[in-house]
Amino acid sequence: MSIAAVPGTEILGADDVSRAITRISHEIVERNSDLSQIVIVGMQTGGVWIAQRLRDAVNKISNVNIPLGAVDISMYRDDFSLRPVVLSAPTDIPVDLTGRTVVLVDDVLFTGRTVRAALEALNDHGRPRAVQLAVMVDRGHRELPIRPDYVGKNIPTHMSDEVSVGPDGVIVAAVVQ
Amino acid sequence: MKHLLSTHDLSVDEIVGILDVADHMAEINTRALPKVPALRGKTIASVFFEDSTRTRLSFETAAKRLSADVMTFMASSSSLNKGESLRDTIETLSAMGIDALVIRHKSSGVPQTITQWTDAAVINAGDGWHQHPTQGLLDAYTVTREFGTKDSLQGRSIAIVGDIKHSRVARSNIDIFRRLGAHVVVVAPPALLPSNVESWGVEVRSTIDDVVGDVDVLYMLRMQLERMDSAIVPSLPEYCATYSLTPERAAQMGKGSLLMHPGPINRGVELIVDPADVPGSCILAQVKNGVSVRMAILFSLLGSGATSVLQQGAES
Repeated sequence: MSIAAVPGTEILGADDVSRAITRISHEIVERNSDLSQIVIVGMQTGGVWIAQRLRDAVNKISNVNIPLGAVDISMYRDDFSLRPVVLSAPTDIPVDLTGRTVVLVDDVLFTGRTVRAALEALNDHGRPRAVQLAVMVDRGHRELPIRPDYVGKNIPTHMSDEVSVGPDGVIVAAVVQ
Repeated sequence: MKHLLSTHDLSVDEIVGILDVADHMAEINTRALPKVPALRGKTIASVFFEDSTRTRLSFETAAKRLSADVMTFMASSSSLNKGESLRDTIETLSAMGIDALVIRHKSSGVPQTITQWTDAAVINAGDGWHQHPTQGLLDAYTVTREFGTKDSLQGRSIAIVGDIKHSRVARSNIDIFRRLGAHVVVVAPPALLPSNVESWGVEVRSTIDDVVGDVDVLYMLRMQLERMDSAIVPSLPEYCATYSLTPERAAQMGKGSLLMHPGPINRGVELIVDPADVPGSCILAQVKNGVSVRMAILFSLLGSGATSVLQQGAES
């Protein structure tokens, strides 16, 4: 089986990504009356930079200092036997999550399996009061009952498409098999 | 990587890779709930034909923190005493369904030999004078993390003092330390040096006073007192006068230099100073790091599913 990616289509540009981050940060403030209990946690590695920018934006709007964390889910995957694990940076959760509201952040929401693993990983750092999910792109094809609370952009895709997200924009590439 | 038999089987990239995974494991070990589901459903047998405290318990702790199941085989209370052969013992354990076998044996090469008799991943936890690869890895982890140089020992000098000839720890550590860039000095009386030491790429010195003030790491080996009977060393007091770390010598150690020992310590023999009184002592850090590094080894051998790679998008 050979795989060749054709040049991708840019769906969002850098400005669109910035606007989405600003909008989501306002939605986070609107939805959570007690911002002192919020922790923003990025999923290694794609969610980390988005989490950082969301945290900075929320801090700016609300004048609070929200803790920022990162969660590595490689030890919680359900597909060890299917594909090799690529370890990113270690988990870094700066506070006990018990009683807190966690805003979990990732770049792309696809099957939902990474989010399932992240929920399990978060539980090992305390029992959050609630977990909300923020993603830059929801590309569909869920395999688990998981839905996002904050979405940068809904993008319908084929199962085999490749979606890449960065500060410079979002690109979808069709993969020809 | 299917087995871990010798440090020589590992490339520098693989060594660095294991040390990086160990950072993840170290983070897990700091949690209030230090356990992850990574190796759920895997069974690991620890098979020790020689006495051990820290290596066996360290492996068993590592396996349990990754949610694997552990079987412990004790040679002293086994059917070996009824005359069962090594091969039959290994085949019997394997037939019960195990994923990894951690073995220590007094004869060099036994871990290699048993790979023919089992499909499980074989991890050498010490074989004769030959190798103790997990000790080498945990010591490399300890030194690199203590110095904050992560993947390299470039420019560091490490002295290994004691019975080099009969030491599997020395063989594993010298190999890894050198390949990470360190300059290694061995300090021992001629009778406790291997005959081919010139080919090891190390500097040889004959008293601890030659090195104690100059090196970044002073690695004291355990004096294997059981060998004193064979009259290799003329007398213990004579040996100690030239090779033991006394409080006076410890005071000459450079600022920021480390004291290491693989354990168990013979107090009053190789260490006459109380290691708790040496500022650079990281002997307990070695034990602590041993759990993280062995978790990394088990995870690397059993966790990352070398069976098949799904050829589909990697996103979540």
